[in-house]
Amino acid sequence: MADGNIVTSRRFFLLASAAGGGLLLSGCMTPGDTTDGAPVLAAEPAPPPAPVVDLNIFVAISPEGTIRIVAKNPEVGQGIKTMLPMLIAEELDADWSKVVIEQADADAKYTAQSMGGGQIAGGSFATPQHWGPMRQMGAGTRHMLIQAAAARLGKPIEEFTTEPSIVVHAASNTRIPYGDLVVDAAKLTPPDVATLKMKDPKDYRIIGKPMRNWDSPKIVRGEAIFGIDQKVEGMKYAYFEKCPVFGGKVVTANTDEIKALPGIVDCFVVKQVGDLPTKMGLLDGVAILANDWWTAKNAATKLKITWDEGVSKDESTTQYDAKAAELAKAAPMSNLSKVGDADAALKGAAKTLEGSYVYPFLVHAPLEPMNCTAHAKADGTVEVWAPTQRPDMGANGAFTLIQNALGVTKDKITIHMIRCGGGFGRRLDNDYAVEAAMISKQAGNIPVKLIWTREQDTQHDPYRPGGYHNFKAGLDKDNNLVALSNHFITFGRPNATGALAVLASATSPPQEFPANYVPNHAYNQSIMMGGMPTGPLRAPTSNAVCFAYQSFMDEIAHAAGKDPLAFRLELLDLPVPAGANRTGMNPNRMKDVVRIVGERSGWANRTSLPKGTGMGVAFYFSHQGYFAQVAKVKVAQNGSWRVLKVWSVGDVGSTIINPFNAHNQVEGSIVDGISEMHQKITFDKGRTVQSNFYDMPLLRMDYAPQIDSHFHITANNPTGLGEPALPPVLPAVTNAIYAATGKRIRTLPVAQTELRWT
Amino acid sequence: MATYTINVNGKTETVEADPAMPLLWVLRDKLGLVGTKFGCGVAACGACTVHLDGKVTRACVTQVSAVGAQRVTTIEAIGDTPKGQAVQKAWLDVDVMQCGYCQAGQVMAATALLNTNPAPSDADIDAAMQGNACRCGTYKRIREAIKTAAGVDTKDKREA
Repeated sequence: MADGNIVTSRRFFLLASAAGGGLLLSGCMTPGDTTDGAPVLAAEPAPPPAPVVDLNIFVAISPEGTIRIVAKNPEVGQGIKTMLPMLIAEELDADWSKVVIEQADADAKYTAQSMGGGQIAGGSFATPQHWGPMRQMGAGTRHMLIQAAAARLGKPIEEFTTEPSIVVHAASNTRIPYGDLVVDAAKLTPPDVATLKMKDPKDYRIIGKPMRNWDSPKIVRGEAIFGIDQKVEGMKYAYFEKCPVFGGKVVTANTDEIKALPGIVDCFVVKQVGDLPTKMGLLDGVAILANDWWTAKNAATKLKITWDEGVSKDESTTQYDAKAAELAKAAPMSNLSKVGDADAALKGAAKTLEGSYVYPFLVHAPLEPMNCTAHAKADGTVEVWAPTQRPDMGANGAFTLIQNALGVTKDKITIHMIRCGGGFGRRLDNDYAVEAAMISKQAGNIPVKLIWTREQDTQHDPYRPGGYHNFKAGLDKDNNLVALSNHFITFGRPNATGALAVLASATSPPQEFPANYVPNHAYNQSIMMGGMPTGPLRAPTSNAVCFAYQSFMDEIAHAAGKDPLAFRLELLDLPVPAGANRTGMNPNRMKDVVRIVGERSGWANRTSLPKGTGMGVAFYFSHQGYFAQVAKVKVAQNGSWRVLKVWSVGDVGSTIINPFNAHNQVEGSIVDGISEMHQKITFDKGRTVQSNFYDMPLLRMDYAPQIDSHFHITANNPTGLGEPALPPVLPAVTNAIYAATGKRIRTLPVAQTELRWT
Repeated sequence: MATYTINVNGKTETVEADPAMPLLWVLRDKLGLVGTKFGCGVAACGACTVHLDGKVTRACVTQVSAVGAQRVTTIEAIGDTPKGQAVQKAWLDVDVMQCGYCQAGQVMAATALLNTNPAPSDADIDAAMQGNACRCGTYKRIREAIKTAAGVDTKDKREA
């Protein structure tokens, strides 16, 4: 076979032009451990390795019937490695027990829009973007198998159907397993997927069934599947010390002394390359290498580094808070959005109320600390084993950072996407990957596994920005909300033109509800300087502003003497005000989930709860998902509090693709949101104060609530679940604390407010 | 550096290490047993949970010089015991995992719990599992899986 044919055959058939040739490619790839899909633990004899025939870049089938499906996106615990292959397998009509899943490398061949776009774990995009393309991939592959059977039997293609992994010709009572057809099928021209009919959802055998995560058996056996577990022949372990003040530079370091310590392989200064306006990328630091990681880390106690701490060395949270208070009193720097005349409406209101809400910076803290294994080879190529959410795309993707720092072209870089021990947005930034690559290069082109300490992970994060919201609301004489204003104070740094630009994820959406529902609104903004790196934390901006808006909405409901749930339905029913332009959220879908969560939680009976126990409600639309949640909270007289139960109702469309995983995402989002209510990151002397889980606590078993997770099925395309269930839980809980105690939580973490009662 | 002979998963292993080197890094970097995870380094998360003579131990703060003759059991071998296997199976039946990084430690802690308390209450589970953080928040399923492995009613009986 000519090379040219191989290239053609490997092309993804959805993209193949009409002139695209046949697809024969007989490889020798061995399917993985086929016991993994089955509910067994003991080591079972694996079936003999079989040659696998590639039908396209996603699906290969062996003659004995093993179906290898490539999972294209990074796995961070959101379940995508199982879910995307489920979509392919459904329309392929695969026998799921014969499927083995293989993680893709980072490769542009998987990233066409017709394949669902880029390889990224972010924005809860993967479900809506892949719902069509991955099913088409399966349907197209199935069609080729049917075509092969039709040709073999000399019957019209319309007479064929499939059962799991079998093509069936009922009239002749002939059943041909996929494995028997794959060599013939691979020679066929791929069909135009637009002509293929997708399954009727009632015929689904895989989609909608609870499927265990593919890697679960390996996880409970402790197999080496995470980034931190990577091993490369000849690799050394690296520790990397950076300036505690973000972006500080090394002036001097006692690298020779460190190098002389027992067990130390190397020690050297690494310099920042180019400008890094986000302060996320290759920053100055000192690398220490050893034959095990602890020895390298332990040697760091002897490091003596003089730092140039730079311009942000005097910044502190105390100063930020004072500046925010000062800015709140001054005229806003800019207007984000307005409808009507909020100032006039507030002046004319029968009743007005004000509320200032504050939330802190937060750290992502995935349990697997940042790490990466890299080999910058002597031949100029770079191989990287990266637990990453974003190998490509954007300035802080791994490819771009490594290209810029090491001065190599993209084609010289191979990135293996390794399962991440949590992401939450942290691994969208790939600073740890470029550090590993540069350390490998400077160490003399040896492979290196870089691991951060928890303290480094806590103190060098692209933080969720803190923020300050200063609300005013006006009610008319009938207690209708007629005006809402907000002066939002946030963080920025001068951009290329010198103007203060808001930091990453430090925005407050201009169209935040109830904008374009309330007749008059004005959302304004002021910016103060902040020297810290920031970035998206799971449900970015939403995880912060939802607490502020949905808590103040509760205040308004109480001021109006209205049931907070009924008040929300009332707002969602408001006509579009003159001059407003609604986009995004469909109020009817939201009203349904609010109503249903009220029913499921027994909201109407909440007044019978004893003092100290209360229920709160909130809703939020983000990442195309509609979520309403009710929290029931118990506050002890000594002020300690616990969320007893959360009821969650979500509308993410017509199909819950993998119910096992979908509910797990909701449950995790709820725990994550409550966890955030206990956390804060503060700064002093330009550096992070907190360092580990003793001062940056994670919620534990005893504080995790009972959860009732329900999906309201609607006739809309399915959307993602990595994020949208998180934002409403925070205000649902703070609103419940108010119901329990009469104390309004306007500042997070909750511990900032005294909750003792008698 | 000194030489230590330790019993890991029933095998006698001899390692050269600094006396202060934590067992975690001996397991991971010297013996290649990477199932035991590094999360915090200060016994604050439970990702590194192993058993020493059957007792829950945080390997990240246990110096290799302190192991002595105690039998070390890690996630790689916990499935060799009936209770460990029951816990692993329950973890799969409930599909506890999200990212999975803490789950080796969770399985080790849960197995130790069931070894001493075959039918734990919710309060027993809270107490035994308190030191094991799950950043993804799979606590509901961990609770359910422990009860599944114990063969008791899986309902959460705490106040709700």
